[in-house]
This record gives sequence, structure tokens and C-alpha cells, in this order.
Amino acid sequence: MSTIHPDAPTRHPVADSDQVTEGGRHIVDLDAFTIGLFRFKGTLYAYENVCAHQGGPVCQGRLVHRVVEMLDEAQRSTGAVFDEDELRIVCPWHGAEYSVATGMHPTQPDFSLRAFPVDEEGGTVYVTV
Amino acid sequence: MPTTGAAATPHATQEITTRTDTREILANAHRDTVRYGLDDYYIVDVDSHHVELDSWPDVIARIEDPVLRDTGQQMVRNWPGAERTALTTFASGMTHQDVGGRVLHQAALAEPVDETDVHRDVTLVRRAMDAMSIDIQVVFPQPMLEIGLHPNKQVAAQLLMAYNSWFTETILGADPRIKTMLGLPFDSPEATLRTIRMYADHPGVIGFLMTSQRSVGVYRNEYMPIYRELEERGMPLGFHAGPNQNDSMTSTMNRFLSAHAMSFVTCNMTHMTNWVINGIGERFPNLKVIWIESGLAWVPFMMQRLDHEYQLRQSDAPLLKKMPSDYMRDMYYTSQPLEVTDLGLLESTFRAVDAENTLLYSSDWPHWDFDVPGRIMSIPFLTEKAKRNILGENARGVFNL
Repeated sequence: MSTIHPDAPTRHPVADSDQVTEGGRHIVDLDAFTIGLFRFKGTLYAYENVCAHQGGPVCQGRLVHRVVEMLDEAQRSTGAVFDEDELRIVCPWHGAEYSVATGMHPTQPDFSLRAFPVDEEGGTVYVTV
Repeated sequence: MPTTGAAATPHATQEITTRTDTREILANAHRDTVRYGLDDYYIVDVDSHHVELDSWPDVIARIEDPVLRDTGQQMVRNWPGAERTALTTFASGMTHQDVGGRVLHQAALAEPVDETDVHRDVTLVRRAMDAMSIDIQVVFPQPMLEIGLHPNKQVAAQLLMAYNSWFTETILGADPRIKTMLGLPFDSPEATLRTIRMYADHPGVIGFLMTSQRSVGVYRNEYMPIYRELEERGMPLGFHAGPNQNDSMTSTMNRFLSAHAMSFVTCNMTHMTNWVINGIGERFPNLKVIWIESGLAWVPFMMQRLDHEYQLRQSDAPLLKKMPSDYMRDMYYTSQPLEVTDLGLLESTFRAVDAENTLLYSSDWPHWDFDVPGRIMSIPFLTEKAKRNILGENARGVFNL
């Protein structure tokens, strides 16, 4: 029997706090949903495991920092580096990247992940669905 | 707000790796199957791939030339890494398709396979077909699609013929849902004709293939018997695009994205231009031609470009009896990678190519830019009939399935 009622959001215990490590992810099945839990710079995030591109299992992809290209004063490229202030989750189907902090695709405004309210209390992570 | 007592359970696969089961990687495709009722559609995937290099020593063993075969086997035995690359030009140090480890099914499908009654690749193909609700899948190799760039044309022909022998006896026939269009050793018209006559009656062979990365003019007179043979047999000829990071254009490019975006299209643009302007469509009007893995955006560009020039330079194309774009609408196109960033342009493209009657769904699985069948179902301007045609009915007609 389904525990999810679209018209009555409910706060569900989904993981122990220590299962969602800093800079890491923990994926859970909750009724018909698969939800990725992330913790970055101390903040929790929860997204449905469905990519806005073609529906891929985005939360099961590689976690990697944003790549930025560096330019000098003369606009010459000095190479690429990782920006450790922005963590990305990459859909393993096709490579679509999303900011873990916003759930947004960097270049496609209409691409965003479905986010769920998430909090933790007493060593337990809760998601409201 | 209520808090339920029901807890979630950890998902079995936390991160997809090269060892993740294909059925887990593609599990989300089931959402499309349910949403669109895909089990009620006849779906033919006209372009997918297996990894022939995983079985390379078995291919090398089938080389006809005894000296070349021995050379290849000695390479396999003695050179580190040559068990996957002997006699080929495959450069593993240039494999950027997986976007720096971000799209790992492109790098390898190294998952466990317990079935022993069929070759491992048969099981991998079945898993992908079942996950994407595909009824028939046309399976191609990967590095062998670049065989036209091999510097030694005799070696290239020997390798392709050895692969064809191995594939038709090992993979084809193991499952009636698996089909192929066999690559032709185009550098040797004699070997090409021999290949067609050898395999045309194999139930898994539904056409033949020109691997498009090669510097040949498809108008050369020695190819006419090949086109005649295919036309008489009712076998389609496909042109399968491929990558090239070292031609006159892409050698200036410093990013894989750039070279991939260009080279998968320019090779087919070249052959299409030669095909149309030399009136091959007039010479063999019943030969079915399919353009594979170049997407669609290039087609209206070529139609406009060639029509414009033909209006002014008819004497350069004296065999033509109609506009170049009319010949292009007589041909077929596979859908992947479908450019969908501008729906208005996409709709115009579909109209220009008469997509309802010429477009053939293709996934290109397991490559990084593959398209699931839901890609076609989600296009808002297509009618139900158009969706069914593109997903499978057009292919049913082209291949007599």
C-alpha cells in the first residue's frame, strides 16, 4: 500500500544522518520514488532520481566539482581547474550536470531536478513528499 | 505535518560504474514504457553497438590471409594490450567519449553475466532491448566503424571480413531480435561484392554498411556493380558516421566536443553530396539508402545548399531530373542524436525531410549520446501515426521485417 499521498505531504524518515556524508550522496527508495540525498558544505539536499534531459538516474552519477577555464589579463586561456565551491551531480546516461546546491542545469534554464524538502533531527534525515 | 512511521530503504546501487548491470543503468527507461505505453508499439532500433574488441583474439583467428593472421596472433600473444587492438588503429589514449568518466556505459559494460548458452554480448544486447522496450535491434561494432581510416587498405579489408565472419556466426542467430547491416570492405569492390553474396541470405543480415569515415568517392564506376547488387537484392545500404579527430578540419580542434560535433556529420555530408550530385539515385532508383548517426540538423542545411547551387549549375549535375532535396527525401535517416534544443527548428527539419515517412528511430546505445524511445514519444508536434512510423513502422518497410 502506498505511503505517498500527493495531496498530503508527509515527512518521512529516510536515512541515518551519518549515511549522508559531507560531499557525498545516499540514495533511498521511498515507495515509488528513488531519492538522492546529498550534503554539501553542511547543507542537505534531496532530489528525485530523474534527469530533466531524458529521465536518466541522475543521482547515481558521478559527483564532481564544476570545471572552470581560467583566463589571464589578456584573455588567454591558462587551462581548466575544478571549482571546489560548486559540487555537481552528473547524470550517468548522457552527462547532464546539475549543481547540488540548486538542482539547476548550468546552461539550460528549463532543466532542473525535482527537489524535496529535507531536514534532519536526532540523527535522522527526513524528506517531505 | 504528519511524520510517517514508514522508513525508506537504501537503493541497491548507490553509484553507477562500469560494472553496473545494464538493467540497472537503464531502469529509468521503464518510466517511459509505462508513461507512453511503449509495449504497445513496434520499436526497431536501427543503430546500437557491441564492443568487438572484447572478443578481438577470436576475430583475429578468422583472418583469411595466413601471414596476416599469424602476425595478428603474435601481436596478441606478445604485445601488452594488443589482445584488444592488434592490427587496428584504435587509440585507447584518445577515448574521450565518456566525458572524463562521467558517462561510464560508454567506457565499458563490464557487468557480470552468468548466462553461458550465448555469447556475453548477446546477453548485454538483450538486457538493453528489454529495458528500452525495443523489439528489434540493429547491432554494429565500434572501432570497426573507423576501419576506413586504416592506412593499410588490405589489412582493413581482411579485418572487416574476419569480423563479419565472427559476428555472423557468434552473435547473429543467437536471438532473432538481433539484426545487423554488415560493413563492406569498400576499398576492394571485389571483396565487397563477395561479402554481399556471402551474407545477404543470413536471416540476421538486413542490409549492408558503408562506414563513412573513409576517403573514397562513392561515384566511382567500380562501385556501380555493388549498388546494382544491393538494389536487385532489395538490401538497404547504410552510411554509418564515425569520429575523426585528425582530418583537415578536426585537426585544428582542441576539444572532443568540437571534433565529435563536426566529424560525425561532415563524413556523411561528403558522401551525401557525391551521391546526389552524381545522380546515383537516378541510376539505382530502387536502392534504399540510410544515413546513420549524424542526427538530422545537417539535412535541411544540405538540402538548401545543394538546391541553391543546382539551380545555377545544372551542367555540373547533368544526371539529375529533380532537385537535390527531392533525392534526399527519397532516402532514410536514423534519428540519433536528435537535436532538440529548438523545437521550432526541429519541426521544420521534420517537415523538410518528410520525417513521418523517412525517419528511423535509433538509440546508439551504449554510447554517451544515446536516445531512448521516449525521445520520439515526447516530441509535441508528432501525430500518433508519425510516432509509430518513426519508432518502427518505417523500419519494418525499409528492411522488410
